Amino acid sequence: MNPVSEPRLHVVKPAVGALDVARVRTEFPILHQQVRGKPLVYLDNAATTQKPRAVIEALDHYYRFDNANIHRGVHTLSVRATVAYERTRETIRDFINARSTKEVVFVRGATEAINLVAQTWGRANVKAGDEILISEMEHHSNIVPWQMLCEQVGAKLKVIPINDAGELLLEQLDSLLTERTKLVGVTHCSNALGTVNPVRKIIEKAHAAGAVVLVDGAQAVAHLPVDVQALDCDFYVFSGHKLYGPTGVGALYGKEALLDAMPPWHGGGEMIKYVTFEKTIYNDLPAKFEAGTPHIAGGIGLGAAIDYVRGIGLGAIAAHEHDLLSYATQRTAEIPEMRIIGTAREKSGILSFELGRIHPHDIGTILDHQGVAIRTGHHCAMPVMQRYCVPATARVSFAMYNTREEVDAFMNAVRKVIEVFR
Amino acid sequence: MDELRDLYQEVIFDHNRQPRNFHKLPAANRRADGFNPLCGDQLTVYMKVNDAGVIEEVSFEGRGCAISTASASIMTETLRGKTGQEAQRLFDGFHRLVTGDGGSNGSELGKLAVLGGVRDYPSRVKCATLAWHTVQAALRNESSRVTTE
Repeated sequence: MNPVSEPRLHVVKPAVGALDVARVRTEFPILHQQVRGKPLVYLDNAATTQKPRAVIEALDHYYRFDNANIHRGVHTLSVRATVAYERTRETIRDFINARSTKEVVFVRGATEAINLVAQTWGRANVKAGDEILISEMEHHSNIVPWQMLCEQVGAKLKVIPINDAGELLLEQLDSLLTERTKLVGVTHCSNALGTVNPVRKIIEKAHAAGAVVLVDGAQAVAHLPVDVQALDCDFYVFSGHKLYGPTGVGALYGKEALLDAMPPWHGGGEMIKYVTFEKTIYNDLPAKFEAGTPHIAGGIGLGAAIDYVRGIGLGAIAAHEHDLLSYATQRTAEIPEMRIIGTAREKSGILSFELGRIHPHDIGTILDHQGVAIRTGHHCAMPVMQRYCVPATARVSFAMYNTREEVDAFMNAVRKVIEVFR
Repeated sequence: MDELRDLYQEVIFDHNRQPRNFHKLPAANRRADGFNPLCGDQLTVYMKVNDAGVIEEVSFEGRGCAISTASASIMTETLRGKTGQEAQRLFDGFHRLVTGDGGSNGSELGKLAVLGGVRDYPSRVKCATLAWHTVQAALRNESSRVTTE
């Protein structure tokens, strides 16, 4: 039997009024369906969250009434579309407390944002012999773009290791940070382990060593309040679809001075001021990084998603999800074969586990039979799997609309897995 | 539950618990590694193929889900004594069975037919076919690693 250590849940100040989960659930149409004859229990929120009515309606409204290209037409629809799209930029700025909307670049998602930084800031600033420092718990999207950059310029990729609980070994940070370290890329919250990293502290140390810091906020923004000025991060990236918004849209935050000095990435329309065959004058921020017609409807939908999340309150959401995590963690102790992978003291609502010798894919299929949707696999974090010597894990991840009853349904389904495999 | 039993038949559990021919093959003259990047499943197939092209011995090692382990195990039992061409024909039939393509009921496939339940689980087809893809690579004598992607 494997010991299950219960993570100490970090204290989040509850918002005024606790979260009314029954009411929240009425706002998510997709939840009210049966899967294989059982009520859907959606516990794969770290992969993508479901969308509230407000987001679905924003997309519908845009295509029914306002669809036009932005930033170029003088006609009414184009103006409406532009205003709605740019309103989201301001919503994002306020949501993460950026100084200016010039610091908010629309991208397809966190992955694209990291690639953008690697190929613009990175190509301009990282030279042969320099070092990029990432962590052992990164998602492939915060590993591979840096590997590609290192290969291109002859730089070296270094890794901050983690302990058995899934926490960064920060005591090694001082020796890993050298005068050659140009950038530190670290996740705010691990998608495979649930660990919430002390990014403020990492940023302080990195800055003291002269490195800039990119924080991958893909798993954070929907679950805890983010203030990029308080963090003092240089870049912060996130995807809309993990924040109850549409897929295919996300944001890159960058400090204005950094973005300003960076070369553009994709060339094309929108990112230019003036084009001749001899020379092109690039546009100002943030348009410099936004070549081509963007996902306008997605951007507008993301604005609606953020408005919805703020209406509920991130404090209330975090408190609710921590209650679910704590309850689920307790209940897993009832099943001796269940071993939690990732027992950091600071965790968000993610529970990765093994179930004896039963392969995660078999768990996933049998759970699906009970209407329970979880993720099974390597979670795009193969180095984490290698660290724990497992080919894959099963992962439950919570969102604001999940309930303790759903945790119960999940536990019953896990018992069924054991029964089938007995 | 009954539907689930179509997928997880007792034979599959049996082969998962005690995979047949689950070892290295010192006399092997063909070998290939298979990898399913989706779930991290990895296996190695070893074969001894004689000059007439007949698979005299076949074995495997690795780790995977119940479906992929059982499929590999049953496959090794099935392939023994077959030629490369016969193996390919079996794989074609097996592939049609697990993808539900062409209405194969598996009657010509013998024991392999227990994996027929996979046809209702498109996300598990790659689990069932990983070992077969690896055998194909070994028969072509490709030393490189095959993936299901």
